[in-house]
Amino acid sequence: MLLSALLTGLVLGGTYALIAMGLTLQYGVARIMNLAYGDLIIAASFGAFVLFTAAGLNPLLGLVVVVPAGFALSWLIYRVALQPLVRRARDRAALEADSILATFGLLFVIQGVALVVFGAGFMSYSYLAVPVDLLGVTLAGNRLLAFALAVVFGAGLWLALTRTRWGTAIRAVAAAPASAPLVGIDVDRVARFSFALGGALAAAGGVVISMFLTFTATAGVVYTMKALVVVIMGGVGNLMGALLAGLILGLVETLVATYVDPGLTLAATYAIFLLVLVVRPAGLFGRATR
Amino acid sequence: MTVLNRRTVLQGVGVAALTAAAGTGFRAFAQERTAIRIGYAISKTGANAAGAGITTLPNYLLWVDDVNKAGGIQLKSGKYPIEVVEYDDRSSVEEAVRAVERLATQDKVDFILPTWGTGPNLAMGPTFDKFGYPQLAATAVTDLAPEMAKRWKRSFWFLGGGHDYADALVQLLAKQRDAGTINNKVAIVSVADGFGIDLSKAATPAFTAAGFELVYDKSYPLGTADFAPILNEVAGLGADSFVAFSYPPDTFALTQQAVVANFNPKVFYCGVGTAFPVFPKIAGANHDGVMGVGGIDPDSQALADYFARHKALIGEEPDSWASAITYVTLQVLQQAIERVGDVDRDAVSAEIASGEFDTLIGKVKLEDQQLRSLWTVGQWQGGKFVGLMHTDGRAGRAPVIPKPAWVAAQ
Repeated sequence: MLLSALLTGLVLGGTYALIAMGLTLQYGVARIMNLAYGDLIIAASFGAFVLFTAAGLNPLLGLVVVVPAGFALSWLIYRVALQPLVRRARDRAALEADSILATFGLLFVIQGVALVVFGAGFMSYSYLAVPVDLLGVTLAGNRLLAFALAVVFGAGLWLALTRTRWGTAIRAVAAAPASAPLVGIDVDRVARFSFALGGALAAAGGVVISMFLTFTATAGVVYTMKALVVVIMGGVGNLMGALLAGLILGLVETLVATYVDPGLTLAATYAIFLLVLVVRPAGLFGRATR
Repeated sequence: MTVLNRRTVLQGVGVAALTAAAGTGFRAFAQERTAIRIGYAISKTGANAAGAGITTLPNYLLWVDDVNKAGGIQLKSGKYPIEVVEYDDRSSVEEAVRAVERLATQDKVDFILPTWGTGPNLAMGPTFDKFGYPQLAATAVTDLAPEMAKRWKRSFWFLGGGHDYADALVQLLAKQRDAGTINNKVAIVSVADGFGIDLSKAATPAFTAAGFELVYDKSYPLGTADFAPILNEVAGLGADSFVAFSYPPDTFALTQQAVVANFNPKVFYCGVGTAFPVFPKIAGANHDGVMGVGGIDPDSQALADYFARHKALIGEEPDSWASAITYVTLQVLQQAIERVGDVDRDAVSAEIASGEFDTLIGKVKLEDQQLRSLWTVGQWQGGKFVGLMHTDGRAGRAPVIPKPAWVAAQ
C-alpha cells in the first residue's frame, strides 16, 4: 500500500516537475512572468493531438516536431512582444508588471485561436494507456513515461547548465542580471534563449500530458497555476528546485488521497506550499535576496 | 492647407459612429418588424466553454438554422426569421447577468436564452424575472427547481434535480441486487462541486435506505486529474458497483485509469460526460456498458433525425442527455410564440406554463413550470447511450450487468 502510494506519487510529481521546469527558466532567467505559459502547454497538446489523430504520429515522435515549434514560437514571442518591454523597463518590478499584462493578453490570443480552430470541446486520445507492473504496483505506462521524460529533461538541462559555457552564462544572468554584462555576457540574448528554452519545455510538457489527460482550449490557466506553485516552492530560476518541488507535491497529494481523504489533496498542496514559504521564503533552493 | 492630425480624425470617426448608431436606433423604432430578435449570452471562453460548446450553443445554432430554413416564426402579422444577438459571458456569472440586462435594456431583444450550467441559471433568475423575460433553463440540475418556479413565475426548469437521478440509480441497482446480479456493496466518489455535492447528498441516504453497504464514500476536489490512489483503494473493497458523480474530465480520467488499474466492477457509473459523443472515442471499446446520467430513447425516429441534422450542421453528434432537452426548450418557446401570435412575453410565458407541445421527445407538458419527463440513468449499448430509467416509470432498455470486462488498450 505504501509502496503503491509512493510510486503513484512520484509518477504524478514527475508530471508536475516537467510542466514547471520551463516556467522556472522563463521567470528565473528571462524575468518574464508568463501568464500564457499554461496556454502554450495546451497549444502543444493540440499539436500532439493533431499529429496523432491526423498523421498517425505517436506522441514521442510528436515531441520531435512540437518541441522545436515551441522553441521557435517562444523565441518569436519574446523577440516581437517582450523585448520592447525589457528594453524600456526601469527595474525588475516594472518588467514584471509589464510582462504580466502582456502575457495576460497573449493568453487570450492563444486561447482564442484554439477555440476558433478546435472549438470548446474535450480533446483526448489514448496512447500507452497500458498497465505497467513495477515492484508489484500497477502504474499507467504513459504516466511512467512522463516521469521518465521529466527526469531526462531535468537531468539533461541540469548537466547543460552546470557543465557548459552557455549554461554558466544562463546561471549568471539568473543570479545577477546587472553584473552579467560586466563579464561580457549578452544578457538580452541569454534571456531570449532561456525564454525560448522554457517554451520548448512547456511544449514537451504539453505533449506528454496530452497522452493521459483530457484537455480543452480553455484549460491553460490550471497548468499555469500548478507550475507557478511548483516554481515558487522550488525557488525561482532553479531547475533542481522545480524538479524536487514537483515530486514533493505529487507525493503529498497521493499520500493524502490514500491515507487521509481525497477531498483534502488541494488543501494539502497549499499547506505544503505555505509551509515552504514560511520556512524558506525564497523557495527550497532559492537564495534569499537582500 | 489643412493638416489632419490624429485627434481630429479620431473625433471625426467618433461622430460618424455616433450618427450611424443613432440612425440605426431610429430606424428600429420607425420601421416595421423584420425579424424576431433572440439574444443570448453564452460561455464561449473560460471554464464553462466546453460544456456550453457541447450542449447549449450547438442547439441554439441548430434551432435558429432549422427555423430560418423553414421561413421563420409565424406571428399574426406574418412570418419572421430569427435574428441573433450573441455575447460571450466568459464563464463568469456576473458577466452573464450583465449580458442579460444589456440584452433586455439596450438591445431590446424579443426573447433571451439562458447560458449553460446550474449555477449561472440560478444566478440569472432574478434578472430574467426583473425584466419579464421567460427563462427556459435547459442545463440546470437542481432540487431547488420547485422553489425557484414559485419565486420566478416565468422560469421553467427542464432538467430535474439531484434526487431524480440519484433515486433512479438506487432503484435500478436495488432491483439488480435483489435479483442476485450484484452484491450489496457500493463505492461512491463525487466531485466537490455543485453537481457532485447535490447528487452524492441525495444518493448516500438513498443507498443506505435501500440496504446497501457504502464501502467507500468520498469526494475529491474540482480539477483532480490523478485518480490512481482512489481506484487502487476502491479496487480492494469488493464492491460490485462503482458510482462516480463526476464532471467530464474526471469521467474520462476515471474510465481510462480504471482500465489501466484493471478495476473491473460489474457496474461502472459516471456523471456528466458519459453521455458525450466524445466518450466512446476516449474510452475506445471500453465505453460499452458504462452507465451514466441521462440517456435517450434509441427507437425514436425524431431523435435520430435530430442527431443527423446536428451532425450535419455542427460536425458532431449531440450529447445524449441535455442536448435534446435544450432543443426541446426551444421548440416549446417557438410553439408558444406561434400560438400567442405575438412577442407578448407574459402571454408566451403563460402558454409555456400551461400548454402541451410537440417536441423531439414527444408530447411535453410542464408540471409546475418543470419538465418531469426525463431519462435519468443511461448506459452505452451498441454505440448508443440508451435510457434505462425514466421519471415517468416507462420501461427503458434492460441494463447490461455485469458490463463487458475492460479490454486493455494497446
